[in-house]
Amino acid sequence: MKPTDIKNPDYFHKVVDCQWACPAHTPVPEYIRLISQERYTEAYMVNWDSNVFPGILGRTCDRPCEPACRRVRTEEKPVAICRLKRVAADHKGDIRDYLPRIPEQKNGKKIALIGAGPASLAVARDLMPMGYEVHVFERDAKAGGMMRSQIPAFRLPMDVLEEEVNLILDMGVVCHFGAEITSMQAILDQGFDAVFVGTGAPRGRDLDLPGRADAEPFIHLGIDWLASVAFGHTEKIEGKVVVLGGGNTAMDCCRTSRRLGAESVQVVVRSAFEVMKASEWEKEEAIAEGIPIINNRPPKSFVVEDGKLRGMYFECVEPVRQGDGRLKYEPTGEPDVFIECDHVLIAIGQDNHCPWIERDLGIEFDRWDCPVLDKETLQSGNPKIFFGGDAAFGPENIIWASAHAHKAAISIHLFCQGRDVKADRPPEGLNLVSQKMGMHEWSYDSEHDPAPRYHVPHADLAHSLANVKIEVELGFDRHLGAKEAQRCLNCDVQTVFTEKLCIECDACVDICPMDCITFTENAEESDLRQMLMAPADNLAQDLYVSDALVDTGRVMVKDEDVCLHCGLCAERCPTGAWDMQKSIINLPQVHA
Amino acid sequence: MTYVAKPRTHHPKLPRNELGLTRRDYEGAVSTLCAGCGHDSVSAAIIQACHELSIPAHRVAKLSGIGCSSKTPTYFLGKSHGFNSVHGRMPSVATGANMANRELYYIGISGDGDTASIGLGQFAHIVRRRINMTYVVDNNGTYGLTKGQFSATNDKGSTSKKGAPNLYEPIDLAMMAIQIGATFVARSFSGDKAQLVPLLKAALKHEGFAFLDVISPCVAFNNHNGSTKSYDYVRAHTEAMAVADLIPIHDEIRIDYAPGTVEDVAMPDGSTLRLHKLHGDYDPRDRVGAMDTLMRRAQAGEIATGLLYLDDDPSDCHEILNTVDGPLASLGEAELCPGSQRLEDINAAFR
Repeated sequence: MKPTDIKNPDYFHKVVDCQWACPAHTPVPEYIRLISQERYTEAYMVNWDSNVFPGILGRTCDRPCEPACRRVRTEEKPVAICRLKRVAADHKGDIRDYLPRIPEQKNGKKIALIGAGPASLAVARDLMPMGYEVHVFERDAKAGGMMRSQIPAFRLPMDVLEEEVNLILDMGVVCHFGAEITSMQAILDQGFDAVFVGTGAPRGRDLDLPGRADAEPFIHLGIDWLASVAFGHTEKIEGKVVVLGGGNTAMDCCRTSRRLGAESVQVVVRSAFEVMKASEWEKEEAIAEGIPIINNRPPKSFVVEDGKLRGMYFECVEPVRQGDGRLKYEPTGEPDVFIECDHVLIAIGQDNHCPWIERDLGIEFDRWDCPVLDKETLQSGNPKIFFGGDAAFGPENIIWASAHAHKAAISIHLFCQGRDVKADRPPEGLNLVSQKMGMHEWSYDSEHDPAPRYHVPHADLAHSLANVKIEVELGFDRHLGAKEAQRCLNCDVQTVFTEKLCIECDACVDICPMDCITFTENAEESDLRQMLMAPADNLAQDLYVSDALVDTGRVMVKDEDVCLHCGLCAERCPTGAWDMQKSIINLPQVHA
Repeated sequence: MTYVAKPRTHHPKLPRNELGLTRRDYEGAVSTLCAGCGHDSVSAAIIQACHELSIPAHRVAKLSGIGCSSKTPTYFLGKSHGFNSVHGRMPSVATGANMANRELYYIGISGDGDTASIGLGQFAHIVRRRINMTYVVDNNGTYGLTKGQFSATNDKGSTSKKGAPNLYEPIDLAMMAIQIGATFVARSFSGDKAQLVPLLKAALKHEGFAFLDVISPCVAFNNHNGSTKSYDYVRAHTEAMAVADLIPIHDEIRIDYAPGTVEDVAMPDGSTLRLHKLHGDYDPRDRVGAMDTLMRRAQAGEIATGLLYLDDDPSDCHEILNTVDGPLASLGEAELCPGSQRLEDINAAFR
């Protein structure tokens, strides 16, 4: 293999699995270290800078970082990254001094943001400090978008939401709330220099089955129903409730129903439990609240008698794994099951829906009604119009909205300055800083803590089921937060190898607890992976290969897969050929 | 040296041996030697060898004297028996232990000071007595614990860290061992585990006195230009004469070598010792030839490594003395106190 190019920012970025997996590339180990030092405010700001909504995301994020966490491979359970983010938000001090200054003298450019959800708010956060005049248009009376309308208060308290939303609005954003936006042309006619569309995926999918029309008064689309609960229009649901769907919206619907007085609630899913789209912890919470989840039952029809919904019929299927690993559902031959119910909440997905965008503005739409965009710049066919969040590529989650927003804000900025939105984008950068402080001192806690993942305390079940506004998860306190933070492996503190200093004494090989390091003859990657101290079978993880060593012509090969970043290789190295260096990955935002 | 404990967590795919143990189960406490010390590599090689041979740790006794080398038994086989004895007196303790219980594996760890200076007399006699053990010398040519004086194995003309040359002839422990009756003699290098581990395995399975002279650079005091026991010098001046590989009982014996270069020796436990002759007509079973080669190589400033001498029908001290078959602790009253009639018979024999 060729020597690894560690100057390429992506190489060490990939080693920080959590950061690499995060759409917004939040520097996770950095903020976790700050938490363990009780520097909550700084930890919060690291997050705020990268993902804009730490308090909200610390409760609601889909957590792509956690399955990626190296701890899953070295032990079992990932670090509770998301909950630690919440620790930073819950315990932070006064952040006002850390916030960017908003210029009083504006730069003369006017930007319209359509929709006041996470994507638009994050674009506003990025553009306001640059002196833009930012106008946000929102159909609801308040900002927040799906964070307000679709996430129930028992998962995301209103004050947490408002605090982070207001932080941005208070920068001096011009708000046009409470009026439906009906025409893109009308917006363009107001003379904006650029328009950002962050209207989400606002249309809940319906289910066209026999009896659907007659059952109309008893059937509710999940996201619309959640919104009417959030805005106080719906305060109770009576009788037996069936929730259709296996995603997070379904979980929110069933748990909300449970709190609004339903006699019974069950979730019926067409697919198998393990392929349900809902996050693991959302499923667990629903089950813990006594809500049965019935799998492998595709809905067949609604039964309405005397103008009242009686129940639904479901087919019985079973999943059969195909050769390609996918599941195919085959009928079991059992008769259809009838489930009695008085209300049905349909939460089987949502779609993009932009009837208000005229089709002659140069924006192309695909068959899912998603705009055709440049993936990197998020610019549409109309160079003035940019998209982000769910409105861009279909339903995702909040953290994607933040990620899109940073990209779109850069594009809007370049566009407004008359520069090329593609060629002139600022590059990514990497900085490596040695963490050595003394003979056996490192500026990070190098010692490995084998503790299992700590459980987060929950509110008393009876108490939280009685009120839809009582938050279920209580979050880690400072003490538990500090303990959980110690589980982080500090994957951003990199093992950096300098060939010319190595005397091939094998000290690093002998001390490495995970058998990551091997000195061997060079070979092709597939062979090399089997020639190491322990086989490097995880192909998603890179091999770090040195140049040929002076004495023997062998190469140093490090399998990054299960490295604990304990620094013992560097501790044991007599010549300093190994050093522990913190990789700081500079991901461009508008201001940098 | 490090103060950070080595995490117990290990690679999820670390191989397990016949006892279901990983290599990590054979480790000891974390080393307090200098970072980069060759001795730590020797400890790692012993760990690997014992793991690969599936030796139960409690069937091993580790014995040592005084010195950096003699500290190392703490750093491997944490669940074995151990005796850190007086300076240069490890052979006496090993002899006693082996006489009392012949069924354990004995690993003696010594250094060039402990063996070639203060313990030279003891060394000579344990070799003569052919105690069934593996005697390892971590040989760095210097007194590391007392800050770098020349030891008795330091080559004449080799310099100290400050540049002063050594004025005395070196003791070649491998040569001495061959000359006074060791039945397995090898020399290796701490920086070459590919050679060292198979030699250690063969030595552990050898039923006689096995001696391993392991050149193990002292990074603090003897790893400079001018030293003949530095990582660089040793790498540039070694040549393997023959190496050994132990093929376990159940493994298929493959034949994929040039004729005349490999010879298989049956071991008492049913495994096979495969000798690879790497150097022309060097025959590791020719005692005189081995000594001749060692002297000539040394004269040329070269280091002959690998399996230097092997007696494939060895005898050990128990055989020489015709002792009891089992450990003394296993003897019952009947064996220990055969009765007055037996005493009468013995007495009668002297009349």
